[in-house]
Amino acid sequence: MDSPARAVPHRFNRPGGIGFVSYVLVALVILWSLEGAGWSVDRLLSSPPKLADFFSRAWPPSTHNLDRLAWKMVETLQIAVSGAAIGIVLSLPIALLAARGVLVGRGVNLVVRIILGFLRAVPDLAWALVFVVAVGLGPFAGMLAIAIDTIGFCGRFFADDMENTDPGPAEALTATGARRIDIAASAVIPAALPAFVSTGLFALEKAVRASTILGLVGAGGIGIELKVGFDLFDYPTAVTVILMIAVVVIGVEQIGAVLRQKIMGPGR
Amino acid sequence: MRHKATGVGQQVIDLQANSLSKRFGTAAPVFSGLDFSIRRGECVALVGANGTGKSTLLRCCLGLIAPDAGRVSLLGVTLADLGGTARRELRARTGLVGQKHNLVPRLSVLSNVIHGLLGRHSGPRYWIQGLAPAEARAAAMAALEKVGLADLALRRADQLSGGQSQRVAIARALVCSPRFLVADEPCASLDPQAGEEVMALFMSLVKREGVTVLFTSHNVQHALSYGDRILGLQGGRIAIDARSADVTPLEMAKLYG
Ligand SMILES: Nc1ncnc2c1ncn2[C@@H]1O[C@H](COP(=O)(O)OP(=O)(O)O)[C@@H](O)[C@H]1O
Ligand SMILES: [Mg+2]
Repeated sequence: MDSPARAVPHRFNRPGGIGFVSYVLVALVILWSLEGAGWSVDRLLSSPPKLADFFSRAWPPSTHNLDRLAWKMVETLQIAVSGAAIGIVLSLPIALLAARGVLVGRGVNLVVRIILGFLRAVPDLAWALVFVVAVGLGPFAGMLAIAIDTIGFCGRFFADDMENTDPGPAEALTATGARRIDIAASAVIPAALPAFVSTGLFALEKAVRASTILGLVGAGGIGIELKVGFDLFDYPTAVTVILMIAVVVIGVEQIGAVLRQKIMGPGR
Repeated sequence: MRHKATGVGQQVIDLQANSLSKRFGTAAPVFSGLDFSIRRGECVALVGANGTGKSTLLRCCLGLIAPDAGRVSLLGVTLADLGGTARRELRARTGLVGQKHNLVPRLSVLSNVIHGLLGRHSGPRYWIQGLAPAEARAAAMAALEKVGLADLALRRADQLSGGQSQRVAIARALVCSPRFLVADEPCASLDPQAGEEVMALFMSLVKREGVTVLFTSHNVQHALSYGDRILGLQGGRIAIDARSADVTPLEMAKLYG
């Protein structure tokens, strides 16, 4: 109360020299990128009529092929579930090697994490192309692509989940002479289990999203119908496929969110 | 009992620390040049203000962290010389009771106590109680009996009160019949009454079984009444090393001053 009144602070700080230069640089990079992406006001302005034309030809969505499309969607989900399941199971031992301070030394952790980073960095469609070459066209190639993608994701995040567990129980077991493998199995993994389930559900959602477009490169699932629909100008079918994908992906996300809430739940 | 009874037992040195020094990074050393020893069956209280390095010293004594200089000899074995297997064999005869109970929250009380046997045994049969051999389950139940919690054996560890959790942690530490136990503020996380009970239980069990104990406490009264001997840590040195009966309140107060 009786402290002296303070001056009203400035509304903004003036950027220093380096700050100013970096703003300009960022602006230049964005402009340069727009240029590279072929930014064109003309084409943007001419698109509404074309879009209107597309929708007039695409609407209403086709219902002729619904049961074929439904079976393709089932196949898509089978690819996602089997690929995610295999990926999650294989991720566990790999994550044990990637987690710092759990089983192996820092050197191995680093190498495994770099490999996992590589698996994640290659897009799932690229993995699908590779497996189409390796095992031929069809859903099996798609499943393998999803499995690899899931290993890249779960291997890394399972490892993070384990690193984030309370180190206390592990230290108590170390002090009583337990081996690292026993400590991992009896203290670290049980403590990380809820986080594993949450991470696994994210992996499944990701797998469902990815599996819907694997068909674009011939790796099974409903994506092929999207491609065929556009190639044959059968826009009503293509729109049906897009809507089905949206419904399934949103549905899986919702189910995942509910399960996650149940498991992580109100803290215990 | 055994060791107290024979005069010879009194002479055995369970822990010998010589010129121990430890620093973290480039900070000032936590402690340097510490020398002390603990005889078999002794119960020693390590006291000192917060941040003087008590926990760090306890970890060095168990070989959980390596000192920068100096030597620790535990149960007659020099820690620095040990390979993995010999180190684990030594640790199977030691134990740590922490400030928090450090139980695995999602497992049963019984599984947590069986984990105390992992120093002597290995493999999936000792990971959860459902798979454990009959002798292991019996040993764990006997340990739970000692801390009065046998009827909670199948309760999940995260559904216990603080005092119960700490008693389970004590059962886990005792189940392998250790020779040497370290307890780092074993009742710091408990309310005064539960802390009193846990401390009294812990001390009666270790005295009955003749376990050598090195413990810390922020409670001066606990240190004086349960410790046979006081080690006072101040400014990185041992400022007090005396039988607790001989330590004056003034000396204790100066440690925290
Ligand atoms: N792992 C660590 N890394 C860096 N500094 C540490 C670490 N552990 C403890 N310290 C520091 O060492 C000093 C002693 O800590 P600690 O042994 O926990 O003291 P006490 O148990 O007596 O309260 C403190 O200054 C603390 O910040
Ligand atoms: Mg401490």
